[in-house]
Amino acid sequence: MAVKKTLFDKVWDSHVVQQIENGPDVLFIDRHMVHEVTSPVAFLGIKTRGIRVMYPEKTFATADHNTPTINQHLPVADPLSANQLKALEENSKEYGISYWGLGHEKNGIVHVVGPEYGITQPGATIVCGDSHTSTHGAFGAIAFGIGTSEVEMVLATQCIMQTKPKSMRINVEGQLNFGVTPKDVALYIISQLSTSGATGYFVEYAGEVFRNMTMEGRMTVCNLSIEMGARGGMIAPDEKTFAYVKDREFTPRGDAWEKAMAYWSTLPTDDGASFDKEITFDAQNIEPMITYGTNPGMGIGISNGIPMAESMDGGVATYKKSLQYMDFNEGDSMMGKKIDFVFLGSCTNGRIEDFRAFASIVKGRQKADNVTAWLVPGSHKVEAAIKEEGILAILQEAGFELREPGCSACLAMNDDKIPAGKYAVSTSNRNFEGRQGPGARTLLASPLVAAAAAVTGKVTDPRELMEPELAQ
Amino acid sequence: MAYDKFDILTSTAVPLPIENVDTDQIIPARFLKATERKGFGDNLFRDWRYNQDNSPKEGFVLNNPIYGGKILVGGKNFGSGSSREHAAWAVYDYGFRCVVSSFFADIFRNNCLNIGVLPVQVSPEFLEKIFRAIEADPKAEFEVDLSEQSITLLATGEKEIFDINGYKKSNMLHGFDDIDYLLNIKENIREFASDRPL
Repeated sequence: MAVKKTLFDKVWDSHVVQQIENGPDVLFIDRHMVHEVTSPVAFLGIKTRGIRVMYPEKTFATADHNTPTINQHLPVADPLSANQLKALEENSKEYGISYWGLGHEKNGIVHVVGPEYGITQPGATIVCGDSHTSTHGAFGAIAFGIGTSEVEMVLATQCIMQTKPKSMRINVEGQLNFGVTPKDVALYIISQLSTSGATGYFVEYAGEVFRNMTMEGRMTVCNLSIEMGARGGMIAPDEKTFAYVKDREFTPRGDAWEKAMAYWSTLPTDDGASFDKEITFDAQNIEPMITYGTNPGMGIGISNGIPMAESMDGGVATYKKSLQYMDFNEGDSMMGKKIDFVFLGSCTNGRIEDFRAFASIVKGRQKADNVTAWLVPGSHKVEAAIKEEGILAILQEAGFELREPGCSACLAMNDDKIPAGKYAVSTSNRNFEGRQGPGARTLLASPLVAAAAAVTGKVTDPRELMEPELAQ
Repeated sequence: MAYDKFDILTSTAVPLPIENVDTDQIIPARFLKATERKGFGDNLFRDWRYNQDNSPKEGFVLNNPIYGGKILVGGKNFGSGSSREHAAWAVYDYGFRCVVSSFFADIFRNNCLNIGVLPVQVSPEFLEKIFRAIEADPKAEFEVDLSEQSITLLATGEKEIFDINGYKKSNMLHGFDDIDYLLNIKENIREFASDRPL
């Protein structure tokens, strides 16, 4: 009888060029995405060694991390950012890599444009010098973030050295409650496992909830895998995956498509394959989530109070330091807390579905006066869809403006910084101290929770503003 | 690039008994704008180390001259978050050659190994012992022996063995990096790639 394999095993094993005894595997990389921040030193490295990029057609460059989100037609004002962007453009040109820079119609956040143009495909190995590369796992790819030395390895040899991680399957069964989105599912899982609970593992998400989820939703969930320490997360490709991938610019056509489909259909985990760890959650236990602390594991159902330090598993001093930074108290209710900023965007929640969700709540309402809102599409393609679908008109009527694509306030490398001491409800992925600007306080949440906060000026349960019959 | 060889390191250590130290604390994103690998040590732990007016924050360990050395000792889950190798560069550029914790985030651990900073994972009990030893005597010395895979508290001789994969250990002992290895098997890679559909 054939060995039972997991989805992860199948993809990993088919990419091992060489196994080093008592060491890592040499893993072949199908798709390499680069951006301006983590690539310049890697390019400098191959230049210093006097070597070329081995397979330039397998690397794709886009500018996103420090690009401005207004007036993109003007020169970038910050000289350091401008210099990094210029370096990416020059390196791409010198080594023959496709480059979607600022102003290019295909420009956008690396993890948004990869899937949009079919660079992301099932069964592929995909890396990028960015921890949220895990996003692409939604397609049944092995996708994970790497450091700059590894970016250099991929440029030089299309391979990296990796020890095969352990495997974990996370099942979420049942039907999601009204008002609960993929972001809430991910924040719930992270809150249960903690920010390091999946370190050393590669996760497969399985069960009814993920089967029923859209591709956009699956991307949101896989994106956040790194926030519980997992190197990546993946979901078995199915009809939804194939329908999404079909006819995109870089996906195979004709016979090649049929062949690819036949192969991709063999990828799902075999019945009876074993995982190093398996966990099952009940969808009924998940409600809209919000974080109250300084790591993504510090999240609670929006109607709950902030946990008491004694109830936390170890690290009481660290926990108290975190609440002190947020200026919150143990036992506080999150509901009703006044907020200052709302950020809709990022590789976590910057896709069209996220803007639809946000618009569904702000429609017919007005932005609260005390709120500054930054709505940043993940790409020009998302931006175009927002306009075509009439979402822009809804947002504008409600007092919101739309910015131009980029990573923006998710990591605040550009001018989109939350001021010190201010509270931001953010659809991004990290609430670390200072992540959104020095001294900024971040509450991670779904686009629905962000929209409810944007129109009420405080943390509000979005279900109070939703029509139940329109929920699904 | 190839890096310094690592064999035996004897040094005092800097304690940072905080859990879940993420790479945004090690080096905030706004300091990632360089196109060369230098000067990152100046911004190591920037927002814990300096006030917004750039004056040093009293009470942060790097601003306390009592503490120093080439070993940084952090709480559980050190280096979580972003993949930025700049975090490892900042640790290195500041002068550390070894980071000790009871648990490391994956990417940070790899990044350290790739630039010649040794991540040493010890038991929670031994970590506590180290913190207590430094608290009692900031000049307490530790010996990290990579060949033997051991870390020793020299004052008492208490020792713990740590794990490291054999390939990475050999690389660090000799100052080799992965690219040297990969470039040597380029023909195998080319052959492998010729069958790939993508």
